[in-house]
Amino acid sequence: MAIKIEMPKLSDTMEEGVIAKWNVSEGDQVEAGDIIAEVETDKATMEVEAFDAGKVLKILVGEGDAVPLGGLMAVLGEEGEDISEILDNAGSASSGSGASGSEDSDTSSTEEKSNDFDPVFGDLDKKEGTSASTDNGRIKASPLARKIAEDKGIDLSSINGSGPEGRIIKKDVENYQPGAATPSVAAETPVASKTNFSTIESKEVKISQMRKTIARRLSESKFSNPHFYETIDIDMKAAIAARSSLNEANDVKISFNDIVVKACAIALTRHQAVNSSWLGDIIKEHGDVHVAVAVAIDEGLMTPVIRHADQKGLAQISAETRELAGLARDRKLQPEQMEGSTFTISNLGMFGIEEFTAIINPPNACILAVGAIRDVPVVENGEVVPGKRMKVTLSSDHRVVDGAKAAEFLNTVKQLLENPLGMLL
Amino acid sequence: MAELQFREAIRDAIDEEMARDEKVFIMGEEVAEYNGAYKVTEGLLDKYGFKRVIDTPISELGFAGIGVGAAMNGLRPIVEFMTFNFAVLAADQIINHASKAGYMTGGQITCPMVFRGPNASAGQLGATHSVAFDSTYAHFPGLKVIYVSEPDDAKGLMKAAIRDDNPVLFMESEQMYGMKGEVSDEEDYIIPIGKGKIKREGSDVTIVAHGKMYHVAKQAAAQLEKDGVECEIIDPRTVKPLDLPLIIDSIKKTNRCVVVDEAHPFAGFAAEIGFLIQREAFDYLDAPVQRVTLPDVNAPFAKNLFDAWLPDAKNVIDAVNQVTYRN
Repeated sequence: MAIKIEMPKLSDTMEEGVIAKWNVSEGDQVEAGDIIAEVETDKATMEVEAFDAGKVLKILVGEGDAVPLGGLMAVLGEEGEDISEILDNAGSASSGSGASGSEDSDTSSTEEKSNDFDPVFGDLDKKEGTSASTDNGRIKASPLARKIAEDKGIDLSSINGSGPEGRIIKKDVENYQPGAATPSVAAETPVASKTNFSTIESKEVKISQMRKTIARRLSESKFSNPHFYETIDIDMKAAIAARSSLNEANDVKISFNDIVVKACAIALTRHQAVNSSWLGDIIKEHGDVHVAVAVAIDEGLMTPVIRHADQKGLAQISAETRELAGLARDRKLQPEQMEGSTFTISNLGMFGIEEFTAIINPPNACILAVGAIRDVPVVENGEVVPGKRMKVTLSSDHRVVDGAKAAEFLNTVKQLLENPLGMLL
Repeated sequence: MAELQFREAIRDAIDEEMARDEKVFIMGEEVAEYNGAYKVTEGLLDKYGFKRVIDTPISELGFAGIGVGAAMNGLRPIVEFMTFNFAVLAADQIINHASKAGYMTGGQITCPMVFRGPNASAGQLGATHSVAFDSTYAHFPGLKVIYVSEPDDAKGLMKAAIRDDNPVLFMESEQMYGMKGEVSDEEDYIIPIGKGKIKREGSDVTIVAHGKMYHVAKQAAAQLEKDGVECEIIDPRTVKPLDLPLIIDSIKKTNRCVVVDEAHPFAGFAAEIGFLIQREAFDYLDAPVQRVTLPDVNAPFAKNLFDAWLPDAKNVIDAVNQVTYRN
């Protein structure tokens, strides 16, 4: 009995996974529980294990290839078993969009004659922009382009296609220069002057699954959620003192960020409107407080979640954040460690950024952008004295949170940070 | 070289063959006393007499059958149909007898004859007089099908058809009979059946077009040249046997192909060519093969509808733009 190994849903937002590594090859015997492959999802690299024992009869996708959810990756079975039917079905399921045999006629074109409209077959013309993207990340290229690329040893995935639906055609391959964007028109290289002022080569960077996700989700957020921003300046003198004494007395390493997390978590319990999500037909005001912390990694950005942050002490918040950030950098975060946040904090203070505005991390209603603690002259009792100030900016989704509500929340955060003892209440 | 009308080129070919071989004779409606419905046989009656230039009643099945019988008995008839639309009545003789005689008798009986006449549409003649039959007949084993576009091809291939020992359908066009062109005055000028011709050299796209559609393709190519697109036009001349290597070599050079065909789309000549190209030259294709055909609709009578129905240069240009990714 042949067993299909299909792309599992490894995170709640993944639509496809990229095979990062195969740990088995065709012909290998695997046991249930063996880790057979590593898959890069939109958030992390995950392990795929076999649930059944068997011989690897066929591996259908190579390392670096994308497979949609439920797409066939490999087939296990017994030596010599006939799996042609499975492979045929997989082939037809994953082949590109065929011409539909539907009888709906061409409504978009009232031309008297069209070369592509056959009353027999319906409209065979695949209109631009209506690509039924069932091509599973398969690269579209004309047979000729494929052949030229193969002969020249060029990786098709590094070429931009200029044909319909991004099909790579002959001229794209011919004009391709490694490390340079493929111009759609062959660029004339001037022969006269050979002076090259730049020693840095342009390069084409393949878009990773993570980049794709960041691009999609943040664009959606920024362009569809009505953001507004409020900045408040916080006196950090007391927080600095509190942190020093805590770290000295307890041999812990609490960061300012941990303190901000804690302050926000407490403020969120008092301002449930900020701890909420716009769900289209209703607004959900969450009972639990799960604070996500944005962690920068080389490939992009991750947002591990400190669950029930309002109920955790600074030491625990600190330890958890450190652990999660480490996992994030190693791309080892599990989906459940990244999901379910109700609020997000993004801190660029360590880079000396004074203030900035962050993009809301859906489905949160708000995100807090934390700036650096600055030495600034401040006026106290009519005197100019040295002060320690930190600016935080709250981005809010105006569908959920109004200006006054956001301001009230910020004032609570300010009050907690300026009187850290209040966090103990 | 002499400049001849299409009808004159065909007539010369028939005349030369009748003079060369007394077994060759011609029969059909109005071929003798009226000098031919389209004046192809003009003067032949005076030259060869009633025995070899024979008027027939309006009975396609009957006289096609007489032709088949005569051919089986060693003569070399040329059967003229006033149009291939009428030859449908004689299809039993052509498809069931002429094409299969050699096969079913193990080669003991052959059927060396030519069925000829105008094919496809000729303006507002209505749905029953406007059908292109070349790919229909090409479907059947044992028949050779020629549908030419220029007088020179007509002369050389008509002579080859008369000399061929198999039944050959030779197709012409009412709208091309008066067309003039340079015709070789080489003695005994014969163009082998199954040899196409590159009628225009080009590097950007291969257009395969025969019969009346060759002229449509030629117009389109002239237009496209102004836009800097160099079309290579291949006229297969013979639908069956097909000069596939000529087409494939051209595709290997241009990587793109548009087939222009005067028939309906389903399972027609263009479909066949498209299939053969993808099988033989898959790795050379930079775009799917595109075809320009009639729609899957019978010929309309009204002028505006008819003009919209028949493939024209604009359709070909659109298809070329599509396969060269210029739109």
